[in-house]
This record gives sequence, structure tokens and C-alpha cells, in this order.
Amino acid sequence: MTNPEAKLVCRNVWKLFGADAASFLAAHGGHPGAAAITEAGLVGAVRQVDLDVREGEIFVIMGLSGSGKSTLVRLMSRLIEPSGGDVLFKGENLLKVSQARMIEIRRHQMGMVFQHFALLPHLTVLDNVAFPLDIQGMSRAAREARAREMIELVGLAGKERAYPRQLSGGQQQRVGIARSLAVEPEIWFLDEPFSALDPLIRREMQDEFMRLQTVLHKTIVFITHDFDEAIRLADRIAIMKDGEIVQAGTPEEIVLTPATSYVAEFTRSVARAKVIRARSLMVAARPGDAEGPTVSGRSNISEAAPLFLDGVSHLGVTDDAGKLIGRLERDAVVSLMLRG
Amino acid sequence: MANRLPLAWLLALGAFVIFWLFAGPYLPAAFEYPKAHVIKLAKWISAAMKWLIDEASFGLFSFTDLTRFISAVLDVPYTVASSLLSTGFLEGSGSSAIQIVPPLPWIAVIGLVMLLGHWLGGRSLALLSGACFLFLAVFGQWTSAMITLASILVAAPLGVIFGLLFGIAAWRWRWLERIIMPLLDLMQTIPVFAYLVPVLFLFGFGPTAAVIATLIFATPPMIRIAILSLRAVPDEIIDLGHMVGCTDRQMTWRVMVPAARESLMVGMNQVIMLSLNMVIIASMIGAGGLGFDVLAALRRLDFGAGLEAGFAIVALAIAMDRLSQAAAEKLSAPSPENRATGFLARHPYLLAGLALVLVTSALGYMIPAIRTYPEALQLSTGTFWSEVVAWINVNFFDTLEAIKNAMLLNVLIPFKRFLGGLPWLGVTALLGFAGYRLGGWRLAVLTTCLPLFIAVTGQWEKAMITLYLCGISAVIASLIGIPIGIYSATRDRVWAWVQLAIDTLQTLPSFVYLMPAVMLFRVGDFTAMIAVVAFAVAPAIRYTALGIRKVDPKLIEAGRAMGCTEWQILTRIRLKLALPEILLGLNQTIMFALSMLVITALVGTRDLGQEVYIALTKADTGRGLVAGLSIAAIAIIADRLISAGAIHARRRLGLE
Ligand SMILES: Nc1ncnc2c1ncn2[C@@H]1O[C@H](COP(=O)(O)OP(=O)(O)OP(=O)(O)O)[C@@H](O)[C@H]1O
Ligand SMILES: [Mg+2]
Repeated sequence: MTNPEAKLVCRNVWKLFGADAASFLAAHGGHPGAAAITEAGLVGAVRQVDLDVREGEIFVIMGLSGSGKSTLVRLMSRLIEPSGGDVLFKGENLLKVSQARMIEIRRHQMGMVFQHFALLPHLTVLDNVAFPLDIQGMSRAAREARAREMIELVGLAGKERAYPRQLSGGQQQRVGIARSLAVEPEIWFLDEPFSALDPLIRREMQDEFMRLQTVLHKTIVFITHDFDEAIRLADRIAIMKDGEIVQAGTPEEIVLTPATSYVAEFTRSVARAKVIRARSLMVAARPGDAEGPTVSGRSNISEAAPLFLDGVSHLGVTDDAGKLIGRLERDAVVSLMLRG
Repeated sequence: MANRLPLAWLLALGAFVIFWLFAGPYLPAAFEYPKAHVIKLAKWISAAMKWLIDEASFGLFSFTDLTRFISAVLDVPYTVASSLLSTGFLEGSGSSAIQIVPPLPWIAVIGLVMLLGHWLGGRSLALLSGACFLFLAVFGQWTSAMITLASILVAAPLGVIFGLLFGIAAWRWRWLERIIMPLLDLMQTIPVFAYLVPVLFLFGFGPTAAVIATLIFATPPMIRIAILSLRAVPDEIIDLGHMVGCTDRQMTWRVMVPAARESLMVGMNQVIMLSLNMVIIASMIGAGGLGFDVLAALRRLDFGAGLEAGFAIVALAIAMDRLSQAAAEKLSAPSPENRATGFLARHPYLLAGLALVLVTSALGYMIPAIRTYPEALQLSTGTFWSEVVAWINVNFFDTLEAIKNAMLLNVLIPFKRFLGGLPWLGVTALLGFAGYRLGGWRLAVLTTCLPLFIAVTGQWEKAMITLYLCGISAVIASLIGIPIGIYSATRDRVWAWVQLAIDTLQTLPSFVYLMPAVMLFRVGDFTAMIAVVAFAVAPAIRYTALGIRKVDPKLIEAGRAMGCTEWQILTRIRLKLALPEILLGLNQTIMFALSMLVITALVGTRDLGQEVYIALTKADTGRGLVAGLSIAAIAIIADRLISAGAIHARRRLGLE
């Protein structure tokens, strides 16, 4: 395997829509060009994708409409059969497993959140959230207890008896999130979960999502067409265009060194200070830094900057556990922000 | 293209006219299909049916065993339903039977219906449905109505279940859908009578056979709706089902069917109304009940009795339609949580119903008026209606007769002669040409083969009579319906009323339309035409109005801004853009006309419908099926040509 800590690996994955896609792929030695695909009347929805999603990270797949994001995420859970390639989940090749095993994996190890929520209209919030557990055959008392916990977690306590159509969009997506978490999945797929929401609600849901992740530490594949959202949430981003991944890396890498002009187009309007994190700009800690004000290594510079208003010349930088890992100097922050 | 089109049409028409006028002496066979070459399809089918019954066997059991088995199985629920509602539970058979348990008291039935109405739609529905059933009792139609109701209570749920199961199977397996779809198309165009003939032949005469015919008639729309509504379930919901690890069975019953519930309920309403329609018609093969009363009255020309039974059918239809619509709404919306604990508190309606039945049954033993509606209180309007008819005939006979004769002499008969004189070969070629121009080769093959089928099976002459009656009726229905549609489309209040009227008209079984027409004009083509027009006018109104109402208001505003007069807005904008819808309406009008036309065989037409009717009385399956298929052929040709024309129109208007 390419990476020991990778949870989900895609190797040379292809999806061509149209008749006889698999034999077409084989006939072209597994690597047909874009022109050949179009000529054969096929749609190259996903082409030659290699990626690995690591344990505990938020992996964002970003691309414009029609770039193949939904198809790719559905290939990862084998909702769509790939035309070629391998998908490894915890070292197991999903394309080789039996139908029964696949059901088993989906039931216990995968969760998915949908763009348009996909709530069952005839079930209450409680029953919707408990639905995956019900399908597994869990007893009513046990699944409802678990569902209530999840509803509490996403902040919908008190709405258990409501029906989806009685909820706002944001609330409906909270139900979708609670439902996908009810089975305690090891990998969590979110296909444009906030795209159908108003900008203000979207922002709020993003914060909520980050809060959940600090509690849950899931391995996440997050789909979006919104570059700002990708930058905000991602540990790593893969940018898709016409079915291919044009660049994959951390937000900082992508903003600082865009691989193509297509990627640069997205990064142009992004303020550096909102992307670069304290831990990337910090220097080695000196004794005594722990006493002064500190900031999390995950925070970006624009979040850290206001702390300098008190007149301090440097901040301590801490990791997730609160341990001191470096110091952030005022001059470095000012020069970064001046560069825009 | 737009310029070449009329020229090609002109040439084809010209060639056709020349052929028609001058080819007669040289090519008589093109005008009258030679008898010697008629394919005896009807005989073959009859022989095949006879073989099925006498000899066919599946090894372990014969075909007849199978049909007997089906009858026996269906007989069980039917006997229960009819015992409950009309005959009571009997010991022994025939005239020596003794009633051991009486049927439900009439008060109990009305009470149950009202409870159902209250549960589904509140007080007003309870009152409406109770009133409809009370009407049945007061006007002495109770017994017949309960027999009809019993058939529906058996046929409709089975139709829904079978339709759903077939629909699910066709949704799961594409190949099955590919087989089923064309069959469904065909079954919907074959006139209802034609179903009755083989059913009569295979299952005999009686209520069970009628239930089977009803099932065959009412299930296809449910299958279609089931497939459509399952297909309409959003992909995301299907993905969700897979992601939570549903098995195939869980996918179907836990995800798909509940998610499609709302549209499936529409299918339920349709099945119920179609069942009612068919149960009435199936009185010809022994369904009994209200349909039989109408039929018998028609045969005796007893207008009073016929009208009374007709009104009873209307009352039953309205009650069933409103109840099933309310049920569809109620069952597709999620039910509010019932927090009450204990069986009693959670099922108040069930309990009330049970109590009602028990109390009224017990009281019925003491007070007979509770068990059966007292005859002394029955009102009969039969004589009243007969007198009204007599009065109309005395005072308006001459006027009515004059109208009828004028129409017959100036319109109907000349048109009939004209169609009868056309060469079948020329007509076939012209239809093929039309098919090619409007829909390409595939359509051309269809529109050539179907008339050919009619000709070679020796049905041409009768088919032309069908065509003439159907054509004239459709034209008149459009002439009445389109203006009404135009008038009411832009007036919201008028439209609300018109809509209510045509909705109600459409819930009425086709049989009902015959009675008033016969009353005024007795039997014959003109009477048939009146009944057909009355039946077929609803779609013409509906589609015209919907088409006009759908026109983008911005375009109307733009027209006003450019200074169009109201008349110009109507003709240049509204009608023009509504043209595709109006064409669709015309299509539906023709389909309605054809389906009604077959039933008018009862009032003595001489067309394909009469063929089917005769076949029915003689239990001649082949003759009935061939005539039925010919009617289906006419329907399919009209449908495909008009649909292709509508698509053409849409393209030209840039709507597609
Ligand atoms: N079932 C299918 N059959 C044929 N083509 C398909 C099918 N599903 C998707 N495609 C095509 O594959 C391409 C990628 O589609 P996909 O839905 O993955 O895009 P996306 O990035 O999710 O876009 P969006 O933001 O609109 O959801 C599109 O060109 C689409 O038309
Ligand atoms: Mg998508």
C-alpha cells in the first residue's frame, strides 16, 4: 500500500458513462485520451484518479459543476461500479468483495450526507436518524436511544417528533448529519452537504461541522464546489476538472503554489492570511513563551492577528493537545498581511 | 422544411384524390377488399380458445383447472363481501338456502361510510358520503348498489396490489418493463367490451367473471403509475438506501415504496374509479347490481328505471371518488403522532365502527326497519321520469325529431357515405405518408400496417363506420369544448366551476351517459353521437383551458405593451402557444370518443363496437378480439399521428 496510515485509497480509478465502457478502456490500454472518449460517445466522468485519504483527516474534493465530484465519491463507496481501477478501504479491495460483504461494510463503516438531504418524507426526525440502525435490525429501544444521542449532538433536541417537511433546510441537513453518524462510521462522505443552504446558514453549518469534527475525529471525504469552503475546512484538498484531479495538497500548498492556471484562477481572490496557519509561519519556541498569550497551530493568521492588538510582540503556538510547539512573531504576521 | 412541407402534403393529397376518383374501374380490389383474401383470424382465435379450454394442459393440471382455480380463489372474498353487504351468510344453495346471518343493516353501512369519511376528511366528507349512500336507500337502489359495491371492494384492492407488485417487478427488471409497456399501451386502447368476451369464454357468466374482467381492466393504469412513481424517486434517496446497507427487499419496501407513496395513492384513486366503471359494464357478463339495472332498463326502454339506476351510479361514484381522494391525501401525508396509550384510545374509529355494527345488528333483530330500509319510506322517481320523458316527447317530439333528421341527412349520412366510398388502399397509403412526414420511418411502418390489419381481417367497412361516428363526435365535442375552454381559461371563478363540473362528469361511468340520450332521441347513430359527445367533451375543455392558462404571463404583457387588442392576444399569442396542448386535448377527445363509441353499440350502431357486442352475446372470442383489436388499431393510429403532430408544433413554436 502506498501509505500506511491511508484509510481509503483510489488507484487509477476510471468511470466512463456509456455503452461498453469497460471494454473501451481495455482497448485503449487503460489510458484513453479525452478526445478518444468523446469520439466514442462516452462521458469521462472520472479519469485516472489516484488519491489516498488518511486516518482522521478532512479530505476535500473541490471542483465546478459537472467535474465528476459526485461520481468520484460514489465510486469510493461503490454506489457506482468503476469502469477500471481499484478502491481500497482499510486495505480491502471494495471492487472484489461480495454483495453481502459490501452491505456489511456500508452498514457499519460508512456514512453519507447528501446535497438535498435525502430524508425519508414519511418518517419523523427520530425515525429518520434511527433508520440505518433499523435496517441493521437493531431493537427499537436501543436504536432510539442512539438516535436521540445523535439528535442531541447536532442540536436538534426537541424536534424528534417533527417531520422533514416541517424543518428548515439547515435543520434538515442536521438530521442528515445525525443519521449518517448514527452508525458510528469509520469513513464519512459528505456530498456538497451545505450547497443547498443560504450563505448565512452555510457558514453556521460549517462551524458546526468543525465543532463536530473536533469531538469525533472522523476520516472525512467532503465534496464542495466552493473554494472558500474547501479552504476553510480542509486538511487536504483535491481539485477536479473534467474528471481529473489537477492538484492535490494542503490548502497552503495550493494557495502558495497553484499547479496550473486553472487552479490559480481559484486562489487569486483568496486572502493569504485566511489560509496560512499559525504553525506554518511559526518559528522555534523560546523558553517563557508558554506564559504569554497562545494560539492554536490550526488557526489561520487572520484569526491570530487580533491577539496582537494588545501590543504583544509574539504569541505562543500550541498543538491540539495544548502543548507549546513554537512562537508566532508580530513582524512575520504583519508582512504576510501586507502582501495580501 | 417549413416551405416544402405543404407542397409534399398537397402532392400526396392530390394523388390520393385522383386515385380515389379515377382508379375505381381499373382497380376494384383497392376499394373493396376482396372477400376471398380475408384472413380468417377470428376463426383461428376462436379455435385456439376452444383448444385452450378443451385440451390445453400443463401436465399436472389442465387449463380449465387453472381457470376454475382462479375463479374459486376469487370467489371466496367476493362471497364474503356480498354476504356482508347484500345477501347475508347462507347455508345451503339456490332457493333452498337459509340465511344464518343477515347482511349488515343499512344503517350500519351508512354509519360506517360516514365514520370513514370523518376519519379521512372531516365532517363535510362524512356528510357528503353519508348523503350519497342515504340517497341509494331512499330511492330503492340499496340492494343493487350493495352488489356493485361488493364487486368493487374485491376488485379494487386486488387491482392495487397486483398493479403495485407488477410495477415493482418492472422497475427492478428492465426486460420485464420492456415486455409490459407495449402490452399496457395496447390494453388501454382495446375497448372494454373486448375484454369481456374472452373472460366470459374462460370464466363463464357470473360475478366472479365480472371481478376478473374488472381486475384486467383496472390493473394496467396502476402498473403504469407504480413504475412512473418508483422512477420518480430521487437518486439521492436510492443512494441513501444503498449507503445504509439495505438488502433488495429492504430497498423496495422500506425505501422505494414509502418514498413513492404520494404518487402511488393517485393510482389507488384511479383503480377505484376504473373498477366502478368496469363493474357497471361487466353487468353484461353477470356482475349484477346497478349496471344490470341500467342494462335491463335500456333493453326494455324503461327510462324511469334506467335513470334511477343511473342516478344511483352517480351517487356511488361521487362518494367513492371523494372518499378515495381523501384517503390518498390522508395516507400520503405522515400521520400525526397519536400519543394516546391503550388500544381503545388509539383506535377510536375502529371501535366506533365495531360498536355501530354490533348495536345496529342487535337492534335489527327487534326493529326490522333498522335492518332493511322500510319500503313504505322509499321514494320512486321512476314514474316521474317516465312521465317527464313522455311529456318531452309529446311537446317536443317534432322539434327533436327535426333536429335529429336534419343532422342525419345533412351531416352524418353524407359523411358516412364519403368515408365508405374511399379506397382502403389509398387511405392506407395516405396514412403511411402522414406517418412518415410526422414521425419518420418507424411511424410510417406502424401507420401502414395497422390499417392493413383492419383490411385483411375483413373489418374495413365497419371500421369506416366507427371512424365516421368517432370523427364527427370528436369534431363536435371539440367545437363545444374548445370555446368553453377558451372562455373559462382566463376567468378564474368560471374555471373553478367548469373544473368541478368536468371533474364530476369524468368520475361517472360511461354507461350513465347513454340513458338521457336514448330518452330524447331513442336508438340510432344520432343518439350514439350525442352520448359520445357528452362523454368526450371534458378533455377538450380541460386541455384547452390548461394550455391557455399555462401561457407565460410575460408574453401576454409583452403583447399588451405592443398594443395588441384582446382579440389579437387571444389568437396570436394564447391560442398559438396553447396549440400543442389543444392537440393533446383533441387526442384525448378521440380516445374518449372511441371508448364510449363501443358502449353505444347498445343503442344500435353498426360499427366495430356492434361487432364486439354481438361477439359478446354469442361468446365468440375470435370475432370480439379481432374487432376489439381493430378499434385499438384506430386508436393507436390517431394517437401516434396526433402526438407526432403535437411534437412538430412544439418544435415550430420553439417550446422544445
Ligand atoms: N448516470 C450518468 N450517465 C451519464 N452521464 C453521467 C451520469 N452521471 C453523471 N454523468 C456525467 O458525468 C459528469 C460528472 O457528473 P457528476 O455528477 O459527478 O458531477 P459533479 O461534479 O458532482 O457536478 P455537480 O456539482 O453538478 O453535482 C457530468 O458530465 C455528468 O453529465
Ligand atoms: Mg454532484
